[in-house]
Amino acid sequence: MIISDLLEETFLALSSNKVRSGLTILGIIIGISSVIAMVSIGQGSQASIQASIQSIGANLIQVQPGSQRSFAGVATQRGSAKSLTAEDAQAIADEISVAQAVAPEVSSRYQVAVKGTNTNTSIVGTTSSYTQVRNVQVIEGNFITDQQNSSVAKVAVLGPTVSTDLFGEGVSPVGQTIRINGSQFTVIGLTVIKGGSSFSNQDDMIFIPLSTAQRYFSGDEYVTSISVQATSEKTVDELETEITNLLLSRHHLDAASADFSILNQTDIIATASSVTETFTTLLAAVAGISLVVGGIGIMNMMLTSVTERTKEIGLRKAIGAKRKEIEQQFLVESVMLTLAGGIIGIALGLGISYVVSVLGIVSTSVSWSSVLLAFGVSAAIGIVFGYYPARRAAGMNPIVALRYE
Amino acid sequence: MIEVKNVSKTYVTGAGSFDALKEVSFTIHDGEFVAIMGPSGSGKSTLMHILGALDVPTNGTYVLDGKDVSTLSEDELADIRREHIGFVFQSFNLLPRASVIRNVTLPLVYKQIPKEQREKIATASLKSAGLDEQYFYHLSNQLSGGQIQRVAIARALVNQPSLILADEPTGNLDSHTGQIVLETFQKLNREEKRTIILITHESDVAEHADRIIFIRDGAIESDKPV
Repeated sequence: MIISDLLEETFLALSSNKVRSGLTILGIIIGISSVIAMVSIGQGSQASIQASIQSIGANLIQVQPGSQRSFAGVATQRGSAKSLTAEDAQAIADEISVAQAVAPEVSSRYQVAVKGTNTNTSIVGTTSSYTQVRNVQVIEGNFITDQQNSSVAKVAVLGPTVSTDLFGEGVSPVGQTIRINGSQFTVIGLTVIKGGSSFSNQDDMIFIPLSTAQRYFSGDEYVTSISVQATSEKTVDELETEITNLLLSRHHLDAASADFSILNQTDIIATASSVTETFTTLLAAVAGISLVVGGIGIMNMMLTSVTERTKEIGLRKAIGAKRKEIEQQFLVESVMLTLAGGIIGIALGLGISYVVSVLGIVSTSVSWSSVLLAFGVSAAIGIVFGYYPARRAAGMNPIVALRYE
Repeated sequence: MIEVKNVSKTYVTGAGSFDALKEVSFTIHDGEFVAIMGPSGSGKSTLMHILGALDVPTNGTYVLDGKDVSTLSEDELADIRREHIGFVFQSFNLLPRASVIRNVTLPLVYKQIPKEQREKIATASLKSAGLDEQYFYHLSNQLSGGQIQRVAIARALVNQPSLILADEPTGNLDSHTGQIVLETFQKLNREEKRTIILITHESDVAEHADRIIFIRDGAIESDKPV
């Protein structure tokens, strides 16, 4: 049989039973569309979680003081020790080539007041490189400069949440005076709204010069953490090793007694990714099961069709159709069914993921490989579930088939 | 030419074996119009299946146009049917919901003949079978019984077979349309020199042929011209 004839026969056979064909491929449509929608939702959430972690700052490593050990060996809370200094930060910046920018910080919560209102928020003493390392942008005024740091200036940059709390919505805080823990500060800038990110809300912070924070609030030369940005994603691990080695030698310690700990952002992303990947796989597996159920529906319909058309099969054999030609005809029918279901399912799946995106539930991301895969899978289902019915048709005895009533 | 020599067919069932045909021999020359007649259970259907290359004999040989058909495989038998045999069935066996032309061209689809050529050949066959041209593109289930059987005859003619096998072609028709169908066979035999074998259990149908082979209990009882 020529291919065009085969396709014509198939089309006529399927269209002569439109309702049944339509209902049968519904299973495939639902299966394929849910695979595509689920995978796109999963991948979309993965991307948005990654973006959220990246928003704290790209290729970031955070060095924190370790826990304090008394002579009896009782450990206190991690990060509570005073072991890191601004000089450590300076050394990292000077001696490690893969450290692109270094921002030490001293943070603590204090009461902040302007006339009439007050709030309690995080006061972060840091340096000018904080904007680069932690991806903070100023929308109005300026961030803290190195000059202000060396002159121990009493200036402050407000996060948008703090600004709203103290001055009200839409009021510019720049040039105003605020009192932090009783000391007067001049507001010199306002940062851009970043939204609450997973780990710390950078909108609810006040930034002041590191030296100012150390002199007026903490009263010593230690810092509570050092944020370091690697030159690229590839050098993050190298940076981590070099910081460890540098700090160990500066503190005259061996690896076992390190008085600091390092938090690698890449590790956090990898952990978050593996969680969402597992989740995506689970969703796709559930959708895949519905695809198998759809395939069984196809097989059921093809078996019914073969039985109904026994006489036709007998006639085709009587006029000279070979076993292979009958088998081909029924196989092509089931593949056509599932391919049609696949194409409609892909369209529906893309539609669902678009709607989910537009409604703002999750910003989905459709990967073309999942579309291709869905297409291939639907064709494969047609072959797998159409094979047995087609074999049954091809194996019929023409004499028996012709007599079938 | 058809040569049947000592053909036997034995069916083995759970209840034992049953001889449907016992050492049947005859020869049919090209251009003959033969009726194979017998009561039900006589073995005439089994004989028709062997003559139509739908089945092979247990013993003996069946030579069609110089080729021994009795030992062929399933697919080789399909080749013989496609190239040499045209069937007309009692129950017509047309594809429902398909046009007349489509039904008639179906055997040519399996011969891989291109579409335009198929339609030309089918139109000629339909004219030989005596169907009015206005019905060529009707759906086959919109036709009357007599018209349907003409379409079936046209389908049997379309591959230029060396043998047309008609199995009780008038069995589902009233006597008037049955008469017309039988006259169509006579016309095809006389005017186009077609070899036709008519299988029937009715003597008045068999009498339209030129020669009657009478079968009873799997053996030939008589073989004589009308």
